[in-house]
Amino acid sequence: MEKDFEIVDHTADVGIIAYGADMNQAFANAARALFSLITELDDVDEVLHRDTELTAPDEESLLVEWLNELIYLFDVENILFKRFDITQLNNTQLKARSYGEKVDSSKHKLKIGVKAATYHMLKVDKDDGCKVQVLFDI
Amino acid sequence: MPAPWKEVVRKIDDYRWEIPRSYKQGMSVPGLIFTSESMLNHIWEEQVFQQVANVAFLPGIVDHSLAMPDIHWGYGFPIGGVAATRIKDGVVSPGGVGFDINCGVRLLRTNLTEEEVRPKIERLINELFVSIPSGLGSKGKIRVSDRELDEVLVKGSQWAVRKGYGEVEDVVVTEESGCMKGADPDKVSSKAKKRGIPQLGTLGSGNHFLEVAVVAEIYDQEAARTMGIGDVGQVVVWIHTGSRGFGHQVCSDYLELMGEAVKRYGISLPDRQLACAPVSSPEGKDYLAAMACAANYAWTNRQCITHWTRESFVKVFGKSLSELGLEQIYDVCHNIAKIEEYTIDGDKQGLCVHRKGATRAFPAGHPDIPDIYRNIGQPVLIPGDMGRCSYILLGTETAMKESFGSTCHGAGRVQSRAAARRSLRGVDVARALAARGITVKTGDMGSLAEEASEAYKDVSEVVDVTHNAGISRKVAKATPIGVIKG
Repeated sequence: MEKDFEIVDHTADVGIIAYGADMNQAFANAARALFSLITELDDVDEVLHRDTELTAPDEESLLVEWLNELIYLFDVENILFKRFDITQLNNTQLKARSYGEKVDSSKHKLKIGVKAATYHMLKVDKDDGCKVQVLFDI
Repeated sequence: MPAPWKEVVRKIDDYRWEIPRSYKQGMSVPGLIFTSESMLNHIWEEQVFQQVANVAFLPGIVDHSLAMPDIHWGYGFPIGGVAATRIKDGVVSPGGVGFDINCGVRLLRTNLTEEEVRPKIERLINELFVSIPSGLGSKGKIRVSDRELDEVLVKGSQWAVRKGYGEVEDVVVTEESGCMKGADPDKVSSKAKKRGIPQLGTLGSGNHFLEVAVVAEIYDQEAARTMGIGDVGQVVVWIHTGSRGFGHQVCSDYLELMGEAVKRYGISLPDRQLACAPVSSPEGKDYLAAMACAANYAWTNRQCITHWTRESFVKVFGKSLSELGLEQIYDVCHNIAKIEEYTIDGDKQGLCVHRKGATRAFPAGHPDIPDIYRNIGQPVLIPGDMGRCSYILLGTETAMKESFGSTCHGAGRVQSRAAARRSLRGVDVARALAARGITVKTGDMGSLAEEASEAYKDVSEVVDVTHNAGISRKVAKATPIGVIKG
């Protein structure tokens, strides 16, 4: 199986590159990459879900806002997500359902605190399969 | 190792290196890095020259796009970057402040000596670890309503002191008196407030810490005495944290908004993370009002943590607060934008000074520093990594003339967090620290590896550059004996 995402080193922070057959999948894999930084995805069960609807001026901004929305949900509701269905995605709109569960300190080990997705080194690339790149502030 | 930076920078003297405007088309001012030749090798590897150059694109930037010796590769602005823009026709950039708005440092003195604290250090660190919520996902002990949060955002440290967290004297020796003016909670999203409420009074994770340290060297006896530091061996306490999820959300919200503002005002930038708006525009003013809220949140945070630190000392040493002499020396911001006045080409000008991983360093006599420090200058607090040492410096006239009253903020990373995790194990780091007489308590061993000494530049080298360049001067050095890490 081809890899869904990879983690890219950065001196102060950490970047991810996520792949997909289409952009929906690349956005979903970017979200998985984000939560793989926060915890071990294998330890997370699909107990609940949250629906997200976003609009943004372009696809790159949409990616940043999508990831920041998930960081917000983690911070406020303490939800770890592991699976993402992007049900609608175009240049300016995203609809998604994300599955996961609340943090349970007896089963989840939290790794890195992610402050936000940034616009630095941001890339949304459709030329060679679908590929997105984001740098997180940690 | 080849030194490709020699092709790029022009040496002014041993501690000043200029990036000429010709380096990148679109720079409206040159770059200036305060550093030494040996530290430049790291800078080149980290591509921070590009980032210093990119900041020089900001409309209304004056003099130079500056970088302090602890500079490293950030996002948009380099960490350790300073940029001053004209109020009348310049911009404010949320990325020039960063996500952790008013991440900063507070330093407390004590009457205790190393001999008195060493035998109880384990107990003290355990007590601090219990009384100060820390680590990823930790919740604060303070419960505020939406209305009370708005008060926190407007009043900062002063709210905390009124609620019984700390002393009135603490506020006096805090930058901006712990209360930045112009804060308007209506300019803050409900999302930021939702993130802020449960996290008030928490240390956080990452590079945030509380450290019990011992004064190891004194370079300026008189200035040290003014700060309540009498002798080598005296115990001090460092608190390093910021505005938590509240500040992160304010930054994210305004970056989104500024992305649109950039198009509206026809600003062209080499990196989207530099998104900005004119200081005097509605977007610029709104950001500064929201940023002030986050700054005040951070001061409240450090104020509450100060209170619990005092409680822990009282409990462990069985002495009263006045016997312990646990008084605040000073509190500084490391990530902030400030409206300040400077003389440019003989004219007094109002500037918006962005400090992204840099510390204000005002000289003696400056009206914005507390009376007790008026004759020596503003204390500048520079934490190092947890295995080496930290410094107390003072601001200088040279900083006013050359670096918009700014100096470095810490050691600066040389190794990525992931690389540190790969090459070091948290337990080994803890063991190595213990062997050097440093007790560490953390909820996450992995984060300990990320923050190991090996991942940082030597703070002494950084501080020496600022001292030798004259943008701050050394007063004292302290070495850790106990650390709690988020």
